[in-house]
Amino acid sequence: MSDVSKVMSMRDAVARFVHDGDTVVIEGFTHLICFAAGHEIIRQGRRDLTLCRLTPDLIYDQMIAAGCARKLVFSWAGNPGVGSLHAFRRAVEGKGGPPLEIEEYSHFGMVARFAAGAARLPFWPMRNYMGTDLPAANPRIRHITCPYTGEALATVPALNPDVTVIHAQRADASGNTQIWGLVGVQKEAAFASARVIVVVEELVEEAVIRSDPNRTAVPAMIVDAVVVEPWGAHPSYAQGYYDRDNDFYVAWEAISRDPGGIARYLDEFVHGVPDRASYVEKHPGLTARLHATARYCPGVNYGF
Amino acid sequence: MASVAARELADGEVVFVGIGLPNLACNLARATHAPRLVLIYESGAVGAVPERLPVSIGDPALVTGSLMVCGMADVFQLLLQNGRVEVGFLGGAQVDRYGNINTTVIGAYARPTVRLPGSGGAAEIAIHAQRTLVVSKLSPRAFPERVDFITSPGHLSGGVPRTQLGMPGAGPVKVITDKAVLEADEATGELVLAALYPGVDASEVQSGVGWPLGCRPRLGRIDPPTATELRLLRDVLDPKRLHLKG
Repeated sequence: MSDVSKVMSMRDAVARFVHDGDTVVIEGFTHLICFAAGHEIIRQGRRDLTLCRLTPDLIYDQMIAAGCARKLVFSWAGNPGVGSLHAFRRAVEGKGGPPLEIEEYSHFGMVARFAAGAARLPFWPMRNYMGTDLPAANPRIRHITCPYTGEALATVPALNPDVTVIHAQRADASGNTQIWGLVGVQKEAAFASARVIVVVEELVEEAVIRSDPNRTAVPAMIVDAVVVEPWGAHPSYAQGYYDRDNDFYVAWEAISRDPGGIARYLDEFVHGVPDRASYVEKHPGLTARLHATARYCPGVNYGF
Repeated sequence: MASVAARELADGEVVFVGIGLPNLACNLARATHAPRLVLIYESGAVGAVPERLPVSIGDPALVTGSLMVCGMADVFQLLLQNGRVEVGFLGGAQVDRYGNINTTVIGAYARPTVRLPGSGGAAEIAIHAQRTLVVSKLSPRAFPERVDFITSPGHLSGGVPRTQLGMPGAGPVKVITDKAVLEADEATGELVLAALYPGVDASEVQSGVGWPLGCRPRLGRIDPPTATELRLLRDVLDPKRLHLKG
């Protein structure tokens, strides 16, 4: 019962499924952030995107600098473990670069927005935001009275992206996708989305997926494209495949402090390469430096 | 600061760990007096035992050997909103007289002088953790009378108790700085001087905060880091000096 193959190149997947004006989610919390997809969106010159992520991270900083974004929806906009996202800051502080509208939540708020979107509900209730200035900054954070207890609960609206990109360790050709390590909100984001692009380190046979079904985060029925792109998450990481490139995150601080630095980076490593394989070739020693050590789990018995 | 913060954690407690100094303090506590400390990271690692100091809150070393890895919907709903987190550990660019924390903007929200990263999980940790510890270096800029923006609520203006607003957690009970420890007054929620580092006097602490600082009737004395704590911090936990200075 294997579906038809959805395997295609990154270029084709972005050309077919990411359009100007779309609400785009590239999820992955520190782990499995698909830089390869972000770079291809920049190369294809997409404009007026509403970019949503809990942590915009370097990938959205690059996309903001490249002029892809009209609006950013987020909950923590920093360079993790390092400091600031400078393209984002310049835009919000009015210090140059394209204008950027923002819509801001906390992590719980963003998670709840994806949960509502995935369940096809209009909003999600939560016990949150009392005493904070966030609802004043973002009028989409509202309140309802619980019909059972009378308690006031905070609500956030569903987030239903036009397209969600998730990076994963492996999938089969029809898009049954397995993730391990930190799983973030990828499952909710994918189910909330109209279209889903899955990008994987390895393409595997359906039998491999079937051998460990508890590890499947996203089933083929919601997937539109499968892109095989080893090292596609660098400088983020893929548990069991390669480590996070913390040195690059530190280096981004200096690269991004001035707009010219980002432009030079994008010219060389995004516009200057046709695809991810060429990007990896432009980083000599990268794969040896970050290749993960092995830590296998002993496995489980699925018999009956 | 890391060792003073670590001593606030009891063995077996469930701690929601923030990145930076809180992370260092939690791992120091785990290596010394609190080996059964349960570290929860917002990225989804529960019972993490990182073999290297995590640079980010989503480091792969948090996964390897942990007790559980769950999605972030589970972190915030099944663990935090469910009331399972005993201690929340927060830092902030600004901490005010009532322990409110700002990590969003310096200046006006719509036109900030400095745009900071924002809440992340801090707002809900401040609301739900049974108690909160705050870590920040003392300076008048970092400790204004009133924060520019309340990202994570402390005791607000001191007039209304947190419970009346429906906040389940007790809020910030202690603020650990590099010169002293401040505590929230039980009646008003106002931060007052509770203990001094060796060689520091109260006037030095006053000059680092933007309001007339009250004082506990009896001031505590903070012991300097032990040789074991220093060795662990410098040689084992943070040999690359990611968080430690000097």
